[in-house]
Amino acid sequence: MELTRLKSWLLAIGFVVLVAVPPLVTALDETFYITLISRVMIFAIAALSLDIILGFGGMISFGHAAYLGLGSYAVGILAFHEITNGWLQLFVAIGGSAVVAFIIGAICLRTSGIYFIMITLAMTQLLFFIGISLETYGGDDGLPTDRSEFAAFIDLGNEWILFYLILGFLVLCMYISWRLINSRFGMVIRGCHENEARMQAIGFPTYRYKLLAFVISGSMCGIAGFLLANLTEFVTPEFMHWFRSGEIMIMVLVGGMGTLFGPVVGAFAFLLFEEIISGFTENWPVIFGPLLVLLVLFAKQGVWGLLPKSKAGDG
Amino acid sequence: MADPILKVEDLTKSFGGVVATDQFFFDIHQGEIHAIIGPNGAGKTTLLAQVSGMLKPDSGRILFDGQDITGLSAAERSHLGLARSFQITSVFRHFSALQNVALAIQAHQGHSFRFWKPAAKDSSLTEPAMEILSDLGLADRANILADNLSHGEKRQLEVAMALATDPKLLLLDEPTAGMGAEDSARIREFLGGLKGRHSMLLIEHDMDTVFSLADRVTVLVYGRGIATGTPEEVRGNAEVRAAYLGEDDAAHA
Repeated sequence: MELTRLKSWLLAIGFVVLVAVPPLVTALDETFYITLISRVMIFAIAALSLDIILGFGGMISFGHAAYLGLGSYAVGILAFHEITNGWLQLFVAIGGSAVVAFIIGAICLRTSGIYFIMITLAMTQLLFFIGISLETYGGDDGLPTDRSEFAAFIDLGNEWILFYLILGFLVLCMYISWRLINSRFGMVIRGCHENEARMQAIGFPTYRYKLLAFVISGSMCGIAGFLLANLTEFVTPEFMHWFRSGEIMIMVLVGGMGTLFGPVVGAFAFLLFEEIISGFTENWPVIFGPLLVLLVLFAKQGVWGLLPKSKAGDG
Repeated sequence: MADPILKVEDLTKSFGGVVATDQFFFDIHQGEIHAIIGPNGAGKTTLLAQVSGMLKPDSGRILFDGQDITGLSAAERSHLGLARSFQITSVFRHFSALQNVALAIQAHQGHSFRFWKPAAKDSSLTEPAMEILSDLGLADRANILADNLSHGEKRQLEVAMALATDPKLLLLDEPTAGMGAEDSARIREFLGGLKGRHSMLLIEHDMDTVFSLADRVTVLVYGRGIATGTPEEVRGNAEVRAAYLGEDDAAHA
């Protein structure tokens, strides 16, 4: 898939704006926005990771919050045991998410359609209740945690540095996803979405490719969880609630399923909308709901999908 | 004589009470084009699905090039050299024609756990894909989305994808289904040109195609083979005329 010039420009402008956020809002004395945009970028990573399997692989996972929770608990639990090394925490967040995604994927990918949706949901609810039952780590109440410690020059106690670290991860995840989707591997998972029977007929053992895509997607969402725990300095089973899975899926839908960068846009649209409208009414979903229905009816490829496409038909 | 490329022994498959394939015996010689004809519902596509590995037979054996493949998956059979084209066009609609064929080539270039290099710029995929498209007269349509191709072009793309896996045996499920006379003739000519290079199992309703291409014809009625022979022999067979050809003539009269 290729990007049109318009989309490339929009991405470049978006990046410049994000880089400018911390100095700008500090100058305006509205530093609250650093935290808000940090949170949005974390969910952008989560939505991007979901889109790899949902939009490209056609695997409708209704349990993506599992990896958000796993990534954050990697920080919380290790910090609880006074292991605050950021690299190690990040490694455990990614590795742990990968292992769990492998197990969940290996089971769920035996099914398809509505069964796949329900079983991914059930698996994540299982993790949610495990989280609640972990009394040592706060159970239902959650667990306050310290931020990860990297080498001296990356001091996450500084909101600016944390912001730029999250931005860095977002850009990295976008680039990796971009390469992945266009690679031979990416062609295989996209082909499975289009027509799995045909993929098998031309010689692809599709299960193993789909499973790996599921694992990659889960691991990437684990990074988002790692960052989320650092931002909130708190981990809770709520991160794994099915409601959260639904929100991530809505971000993908709003931005544009199968458009790669659409979900990033979707995360911004969804969370900023929530932020702004909830300032007027706490019943903001009443307004958001109908908008989502309209969007799904009239713009199946979301906000990003409304932009002109490249000649190759996607991107 | 060499082993047949495909040998089907005592194959049976039923769905509930309906016996779709009934103790069916069948073989295809090396290099042969063997057509299967039969009225609608005779079990032709079900038979093909079992040979290609998409359906498991209830009993019986399928031997490919002397090897028992009854228990193998469709993907494994593809790697042994079996390729299938579909009756209902089954291309990747949101990929370009070139990407469709390139994907079939990719499937046979080792594993696809390659995550970095863009597949679209990989000349080891695009060059052979382009060659096959040219052979089928689709070269100038290479960058069109498969969804936007005409019906005839999609049918050609079907065959192109099957060929791209470099098969020993082509399983063609009504390659000319729904095509106009001109497009049918082109496909017929193209398949004729492949004769000798690939063995073929041809399922076809179009009698012109069957009688001009096939070395042998098997007539399938209610899942059973009622006759096998050269086109002339089958045409002259009284039972066949009653069961199929006669009925067909009557329908046209």
